[in-house]
Amino acid sequence: MFSKSLFYFSSPQRFYPVAGKSWPWFAVMASALAVWGLWLGIFVAPTDFQQGEGYRIIFVHVPVSWMSMIIYLAMAFWALMGLTFNTRLSGMMCSALAPTGAICAFLSLWTGALWGKPMWGTWWVWDARLTSELILFFLYLGYIALTNAIDDPRRADKAGGILALVGALNVPVIYFSVKWWNTLHQGASVSVTNGSSMDRTMLDAMLIMAVAFWLYAIAMTLYRVRNIILARERHTQWVADLPEMKAMSTGAIT
Amino acid sequence: MSAFWAIVRRDITLAMRRKAEVITAVFFFVVVAALFPLGIGPDMATLRLTAPGILWIGALLACMLSMGRLFAADYADGTLEQMALSPNGLSVLVAAKILAHWCLSGLPLVLLAPILGLQFDLPTNALWVLTLSLLVGTPLLSLIGAIGAALTLGVRGGDVLLSLLVLPLYVPALIFGAGAVQAEMSGLGASAHLSVLTAMALVAAVFSPWASAAALRLALES
Amino acid sequence: MLTVSQLSCRRGDRRLFSHVSFTLASGQWLHLEGDNGVGKTSLMRLICGLGVPEEGDITWRNEQASATDDDEPQTLRNNLIYLGHQLAIKEDLTPLENLQTHAAISGTPLSTSNAMAALAQMGLRGREQLPVKVLSQGQKRRSALARLIVSEVPLWVLDEPFVALDGTAQEVLRTVINSHLSHGGMVLLTSHQAVSLDGQGRVYRLSA
Repeated sequence: MFSKSLFYFSSPQRFYPVAGKSWPWFAVMASALAVWGLWLGIFVAPTDFQQGEGYRIIFVHVPVSWMSMIIYLAMAFWALMGLTFNTRLSGMMCSALAPTGAICAFLSLWTGALWGKPMWGTWWVWDARLTSELILFFLYLGYIALTNAIDDPRRADKAGGILALVGALNVPVIYFSVKWWNTLHQGASVSVTNGSSMDRTMLDAMLIMAVAFWLYAIAMTLYRVRNIILARERHTQWVADLPEMKAMSTGAIT
Repeated sequence: MSAFWAIVRRDITLAMRRKAEVITAVFFFVVVAALFPLGIGPDMATLRLTAPGILWIGALLACMLSMGRLFAADYADGTLEQMALSPNGLSVLVAAKILAHWCLSGLPLVLLAPILGLQFDLPTNALWVLTLSLLVGTPLLSLIGAIGAALTLGVRGGDVLLSLLVLPLYVPALIFGAGAVQAEMSGLGASAHLSVLTAMALVAAVFSPWASAAALRLALES
Repeated sequence: MLTVSQLSCRRGDRRLFSHVSFTLASGQWLHLEGDNGVGKTSLMRLICGLGVPEEGDITWRNEQASATDDDEPQTLRNNLIYLGHQLAIKEDLTPLENLQTHAAISGTPLSTSNAMAALAQMGLRGREQLPVKVLSQGQKRRSALARLIVSEVPLWVLDEPFVALDGTAQEVLRTVINSHLSHGGMVLLTSHQAVSLDGQGRVYRLSA
C-alpha cells in the first residue's frame, strides 16, 4: 500500500504539481525560521568568552556545513534509487540537489574563512573540516561538470549517479584521512566549542538556522526539479497542455 | 582466466609497438620532480622535507594524465563493444586492462622513484618506503582513475573533466602515501600508513572494475 | 530461438521505432531492411545487450534476456557474435593476433592451425603475420570476418557484412553464412542490397 503510493509519485507528470504546490510553503517557513534564528543569533545570544562578537558567523557556517553534507547524502540516496529502479525522477532529483549543495559547500568555505581570520589572522587554515569541505566542494563541481558535459539526459543521470555513489562512499575515507593528516602535522583547528561550552541560546539559534537551511534546500530543490521536468519532458502531451506552456505559446506571458 | 591474460598481453604488446604511453608518464614524472626544486629553491633541508609530497604528487599527476588513454582506443575501434559481449564479463576484462595500464604507466614510476629520491637527498630507509608506498599506491591510483576514465568516455572535455572527477578521490592515497615516507623519516615508522594504503588498494581492486564496467556500459549504450 | 516482441527504442528525444516483433529459429535468416537512420543498428545493439530497450522483450530459448546478464552459458549474450560497423580490429596487431585475441575474449578455443586456416579461407593466406595497418580496407574487413568461421555460437548478428568486399570475397562470405545456416545456425543481418542466401529467409522492414 505504502510502496504503491511511493511509486505513484515517481512519475514526473504526477510529481510536477505536487512540487509546484509545496515549494512556496517551504520557502515561507524557511524565511520565517531564518529571521527568527538570525535574530536569536545576532541579538540574543551572549558574547562568547573567548571569541568576542566575531563568532556569530557560526550561525551560518555550521548549518550550511551540515547541509552541504546532508545534501550530498540525499544525492547519493537518489542516485541509488535511480540506478536500482531506473526511474527518471530520481535522476532529476539528484541533479536538482547538486547546485544547492555546491552553494552550501561554497558558503561553508567562505564563512569558515571569515571566522578563521579574526582567530588565526589568516584567510585560510588547513583545518581538517575546512579541508574536507573543500574536497566536498570539488566533488559537487565534478558531478555538475559531468552531468552538464553529457548530452544524453539518461546517460548523464546514470553516470552522475555512479559518480555520486562513488563519491559518497569515499567521503568518510576522505574525511578520516584529512583528519589524520591534520592531527599528525599539528595543524590549526577551527572549532565551535573551543574553550567555552555552548550557551543554550547559541544551540537554539544554530538548530533553528539548520532547520531553516534545510527547508530552504527543499524549497530550492523542488523549484529546480520542476524546471528540469519541463525541460526533459517538453515533447510530451501533458507538458504542452500545461496552462503556463499554453500561455507562453500564445504570447500571453513573454 | 585466459581471456584476462590475453587482454593483458594484448595491451602490453600494443603499447610496446607504439612506446608513447610508457615514455609520456615517465617523462612527466621526471620533469615535475625537476621543476619543484626550481620553484622552491635549492636548500637541501627544505627539499628533503618536502620530497615525499613532491614525488608523490608527481607520480599522482603522471598517473592521472595517462588515465584518459585507458579506454579511448578500444572505444574508438569497436573492441570495447566486443569486450562487453564477452562471456567472461566486462569487469574481468576491465581489470585486465587496468593491470596492463599499470604495468606501462605505473610500474616505471615505482622503479624511477628511488633514483629521483636521491636528488632530494632522502635517506635509504625513506627511499625504500617511498618505493613501497608507490608500489601499493600507483595501482590504487590506476583503479580509481579507471572509474573516472569510464565515466568520461566519449564526453566533451574528457581529459580535464576526468581530472576534476578523480582528484578528490585521490586525496586519501596521497595523504597516506606521502605520509608513509614522512612517518619513516620522522622515526615513527611507516607500517600504519602502508597498511591503510594496502587496504584501500585491495578494496579498490574489488570495487573499481565493477563500477568501471557499469560506467562503460553506459558509454556503449549511447 | 530468438524472439523479439514489441520492442521500442528511444535515442535522446526521438523515438526510433516501436512495436517491433519477430522470431528467428534454427536455420533461418532475417534481413533487416530500412532507410538510413531508422534504427537498424540500434535494434541489433539492443538484441546484443548493448543497450536497454524502452519497451518490449527479447527472449532467447524462452528465457528473458537482459543487458546485465552475467556469465550463464545459456544467456543470449554468450550465444551470439556481433559484427558491427566498427571492425574491432587493432591496427598494430597482425590478423592472426587479432583473431586469437578475439577468440580468447569470446571464450572460443582456437588452435593456431585453425586460425591460419580461417584466415586463408578469407583470402589472407600469406598475410596472416603482417600488421593490419598495411592491409587494404577489404583485407581488413576480411580479417574481421574470419571470426565467423571460427565461432561456435548459434546466432550471428551482422551489420552490413557485405560492404567494401569485392565479388570473390562476397562469394566466400556467402558460403560461410550458408554453411552456418545449414548447421542449424541463425543469422540477423542488414544490407542495402538484396540478400540471397540458402535456407529459410525473410525480410523485415523497419520503419519509423
